[in-house]
Amino acid sequence: MTPPAPDTRKGGRRPGPIRTGVPFALLLPALLGLAFLLLPLVALLVRAPWHSLPEQLTSPEVWQALRLSLVCATSATALSLVIGVPLAWLLARTDFPGRGLVRALVTLPLVLPPVVGGVALLLALGRNGVVGQWLDAWFGITLPFTTTGVVLAETFVAMPFLVISVEGTLRAADPRYEEAATTLGASRFTAFRRVTLPLIAPGIAAGAVLAWARALGEFGATITFAGNFPGRTQTMPLAVYLALQSDPEAAIALSLVLLAVSIAVLAGLRDRWMTAS
Amino acid sequence: MSTPDGIPPDSAEGLDSHVVVDRDAFRLDITLSAAPGEVVALLGPNGAGKTTALRALAGLVPLTGGHLRLDGDALERTPPESRPVGVVFQDYLLFPHLSALDNVAFGPRCHGASKAEARSQAAGWLERMGLAEHAGARPRSLSGGQAQRVALARALATHPRLLLLDEPLAALDARTRLEVRAQLRRHLAEFEAVAVLVTHDPLDAMVLADRLVVVEHGTVVQQGAPSDIARHPRTDYIAQLVGLNLYRGRADGHTVHLDTGPSLTTTEILSGPAFVAFPPSAVTLHRDRPTGSSARNLWRCEVAGLETHGDQIRADLTGELPLAADLTTVAAAELDLHPGAPVWATVKAAQTHAYPA
Repeated sequence: MTPPAPDTRKGGRRPGPIRTGVPFALLLPALLGLAFLLLPLVALLVRAPWHSLPEQLTSPEVWQALRLSLVCATSATALSLVIGVPLAWLLARTDFPGRGLVRALVTLPLVLPPVVGGVALLLALGRNGVVGQWLDAWFGITLPFTTTGVVLAETFVAMPFLVISVEGTLRAADPRYEEAATTLGASRFTAFRRVTLPLIAPGIAAGAVLAWARALGEFGATITFAGNFPGRTQTMPLAVYLALQSDPEAAIALSLVLLAVSIAVLAGLRDRWMTAS
Repeated sequence: MSTPDGIPPDSAEGLDSHVVVDRDAFRLDITLSAAPGEVVALLGPNGAGKTTALRALAGLVPLTGGHLRLDGDALERTPPESRPVGVVFQDYLLFPHLSALDNVAFGPRCHGASKAEARSQAAGWLERMGLAEHAGARPRSLSGGQAQRVALARALATHPRLLLLDEPLAALDARTRLEVRAQLRRHLAEFEAVAVLVTHDPLDAMVLADRLVVVEHGTVVQQGAPSDIARHPRTDYIAQLVGLNLYRGRADGHTVHLDTGPSLTTTEILSGPAFVAFPPSAVTLHRDRPTGSSARNLWRCEVAGLETHGDQIRADLTGELPLAADLTTVAAAELDLHPGAPVWATVKAAQTHAYPA
C-alpha cells in the first residue's frame, strides 16, 4: 500500500482513480526480468518445426528416450519415497545429536552442482568405488553406466526436494495426533502409518511431484555417472543435448515435450503453491 | 466411594501414584490415589502442572521420580501404547481423516480386533453415546458436543482401567457446555474404573468429580470432597474460585488476629493458626462510619474496582482489610461507589466461618 498521494488536482483537474504508482525504477527491471524468463520459451515455440513435429515425436529414438526418462524418473521418485519419507520423519520428529548437521547434509545435493554429484557417485558406487568395488566383487553388481545407475543419479539429486517438502509438512502437522494414537494402543510405527501418513499425504504428493520433475530434467549427474547410451541411459535431457549437435529440429521437438511435461506439473501444483502467496 | 475424610481406602485396587516430573525450572510433585469408580478432578490455575500430571499418567511424559501403580501393576516403565489408560484430549484430537466410527474403532484395531469386529464394537459405543447416526461423519462436520462424545467413546473403547480427561469441556461454548457436562457426568458415573479429569473450572470439577485435588505450583495444596473444599478453602486461589474472602491468622477465642494486622470476630471458638472465610454477600458497605452498629468487624476501605457479577455488583476493596463485597446496583448508586471512593465495610460475626489452618 502506498501512502495517499498529496492532492495535486488543483481546481478542475480530472478526477480519476488515485494512481497507486509503481516507481519506474522498479517497473523497468521487473518487466525486463519477466521478458528474460519468457523470451526463450517463446523462441522455442516460434522455431518449433510444427509441420514435422508429429513425425519427430513418433520416431523410435524419441519414444525410447521419453520412455526411459519416465521410467527412471518414476523409479527415482518411488525410491525417494521409500527412503526419503522415513528420513524426513526422523529429521522432523526425533531429536538426536548432530541433527542440524544431518539436515544440512541432506539438503546439500540441492545446491551441489549435479556433475559433482555424478563424480561423487562414481567414487562411491563405481567399479573401483568405495562401496562399488565390494558390490562388484561380492555380488557382481555394476551400477555405473546402467539404467539402475540413471535411477540412482536421479534419486541423489531429486530426493532432497522430497525430504525438505515432507519434513516441512511434518513440522506443521500436530504431533499430538501421534500421541493420541499411542494412548489408543498404537505403536509408534502404527501411529505413523495410520495417522501421520494420511495427514501429511498432500505434502508427500507435492514433494513427490517436485522430485519427479527434478529427476526428469536431471542431466549432469546422469551423464557423469551413467553415461549416454541410447535405450539404456540416454534420457530426454541427454537426447536433447545430443540432438542439438546433429539434428536441431529433433532437439526442439524433444524440448517441447519436456516443456509440456513441466507445464503439466506446474498446473498440478497450482493449488498448492501458486495460491499460497 | 471415598472415606469421610476424602482419602480413598488404602488398597491395591485403583490408582496409586506419586508423580514427580522435573522440567526446566518447574517441578511437579503430586501424590494421587483413587479407588475404582471414583472420579477425581485435578483443579488448579493455568501453569500449575495439571496437564503435565495427566501426560505423565498417560506415559507421554516420563516420570523423573515417584511411582505409578494401577490395580497393583507398576506402570512407570510401561510405554504409553501398553498402558491400560484412555485419554480424552483437550481439543479431542479426533483423527481428521477418519470417520467417527473409524476413530472409535482405532483403539480396538490396535488391540488386535479384526476390522469388522472393531467396527461393530465402535458402533456399539457410538450407539451408547447417542451418536449412531453420525457414525460416518468426519470430525470436522461434528458439533463440539458430538466431537467430545466421540472422543470419550474412542477413549473408552479400549476398556481403560484409568480414564484421563484434559479440560473436557473447555472447547465448548457456554450453552453446549451445560448439556455436555450433564451427559459427561452420567457417563463418568457409569464408568467402573478410575477417572481423573483436569480442569481450571471449579464448576466442572464440582459437578463431575467425587473428590477434588487442588494443584498449585506443582504441588497439591488441598484435597477433599467438593463441598468440603468449597466451605473450607485453604488458599487464596481456591477461595477466589469458590467466591469467598479468605484470611489467615491466629485465633484466640472469638477473635482471629490476622497476620496483616486487623482482627476478625467470629462465632467459632478456636486457638492457634486459623482461617476465616466469608462470602462477599456478607459484607455491608456504608458511606459514613456506622454508629450503633452491632457489627464488630468494621474496617475503613477504599474502592479499587467495580464489576457486574450477574445482577449484582462486585466491589473490590483495599485498605485495612482487602476484600470483595457484593451489593445491588441500587445500593451501589446510593453509595456513589466509584474507584477511589472511601467506604466503611462491616461483616456480622455470624456470617463468618473460622476453621483451623
